[in-house]
Amino acid sequence: MQALKDHCEREARAGRLAYQLCRSCGQSQVFPRPFCNRCGHADLAWNTAAGTGVVVGHSVLHRAPTPADRERLPYAVALVQLDEGFRVMGHAGLDLGIGERVALSFDAHGERCLLRFDPLEQEPQ
Amino acid sequence: MNRAFVAGVGCTAFGRREGLDSLDLMAEAATEALEDGGFERAEIDGLLTGYSTAMPHLMLSTLFAEHFGLAPRYAHAIQLGGATGGALVMLAKLLVESGQCRNVLVVAGENRLSYPGGRDSAIQTLAQVGHAEFEVPYGATVPGYYALLASAYMAAHGTSQEDLAELAVLMRSHAARHPRAHLTEPITTQNVMASRPIATPLKLLDCCPISDGGAALLVTGDAGRSKGVRLAGAGQAHTHQHISAAPSLTDFAGASAAAGRAFDEAGISRSQIGVAGIYDSFTITLAILLEEIGFAPRGWAGAKARQGDFALDGEFPLNTHGGLLSFGHSGVAGGMAHVVEVVRQMAGAAGPRQLVRAPETGFVHGDGGVLSSHVSLVLARE
Repeated sequence: MQALKDHCEREARAGRLAYQLCRSCGQSQVFPRPFCNRCGHADLAWNTAAGTGVVVGHSVLHRAPTPADRERLPYAVALVQLDEGFRVMGHAGLDLGIGERVALSFDAHGERCLLRFDPLEQEPQ
Repeated sequence: MNRAFVAGVGCTAFGRREGLDSLDLMAEAATEALEDGGFERAEIDGLLTGYSTAMPHLMLSTLFAEHFGLAPRYAHAIQLGGATGGALVMLAKLLVESGQCRNVLVVAGENRLSYPGGRDSAIQTLAQVGHAEFEVPYGATVPGYYALLASAYMAAHGTSQEDLAELAVLMRSHAARHPRAHLTEPITTQNVMASRPIATPLKLLDCCPISDGGAALLVTGDAGRSKGVRLAGAGQAHTHQHISAAPSLTDFAGASAAAGRAFDEAGISRSQIGVAGIYDSFTITLAILLEEIGFAPRGWAGAKARQGDFALDGEFPLNTHGGLLSFGHSGVAGGMAHVVEVVRQMAGAAGPRQLVRAPETGFVHGDGGVLSSHVSLVLARE
């Protein structure tokens, strides 16, 4: 698992959300594993998410689990259904609606590169 | 196959129990259950415990056996988050039915509130149930995960914050009739709406408190020692661990699957249930479970609470002890308190909360993780 996690972390530092596509059954999974959790086969390809999706959950936290997080209250987390079909958690602005289309960027937080979602810019007509 | 009966119950006062550790709270509840059932320690041949975040231990059941003076032929400490209480009772039923044990003591207790570091320590520990790489680093908490769920569920089904507030008000009104409840001061929906935000849309009064407390049950194969309550059905379902991996954010088939398994085994239908104890860590948890299992139409749990359906004199008395939201939440014992209360109602032993006609059937549901793990129990008077 460590090698898989390290790969994801390196990709995140390069501004990419890596996910696995199963060559046997076609399922995508964003939690990395040595096998596909639907069919069990180990024939997985690394892909990069396009980074766009829809907000399916949003909450502004007013109580934090750690002293470090307490410093930045209030902050928001969102759940986003990415266009590839899986769901991920990310940081977000305080004001984001369920159903909004968003795009992914990365933020350095301590040792990690974390996901952040902001509204997708509308294409000018 | 033997049948499994409840022979005794115990439940400590929940709240701040300064000076008592997890073993003390477990022992207090166990002693009460033994006295309630008229059992001696030497008659206990099975011991099931949960876990304690205030006393993490690799072998909590054997630790308690040594402390309390038991020598079981089967011992086990289960860890299923909030579903642990229900899972312990389900396992006790299986042990008795299979003939492995004759008299099983099920016990849990934790000084989650008065443990040094107390609330903050519990919040930080519990937040770790999120995914280590994909959730925890974002600084969500357990209320945060449930708040995310609430935002999705409410948008999909039209539930309002005022609807959820009705459930909090109801739980507090029930707890007011329980001498051992943590929170008993009456509240209104205005109080709930004005309480400070924890993780939007959940506010302080949408969330259960952190309490010290313990609970215990004795499950026996000896019909002659029954309180008149049989464990008629039990079922589980597990659909995911992390909210990011939940199959859906707007319906939770795990809850209805577990309930269906329990109803099927008992040969009792949902419409026959006379009293229920349903996990209520947050108002949204209770609303989702009521609606998923079918005790309220989708989006209508709050409205039914508002019109009195879940009150002591309503058509479906619910969490008559005040639930996690007001009786209190000390961890595993929090979920077990629902079982204790349903048993007491069916046995005519619920004191100032006693339903006028002791129900013939009862239902309990526990939820672990973020609607991740489900355990349902169906109880029948016999």
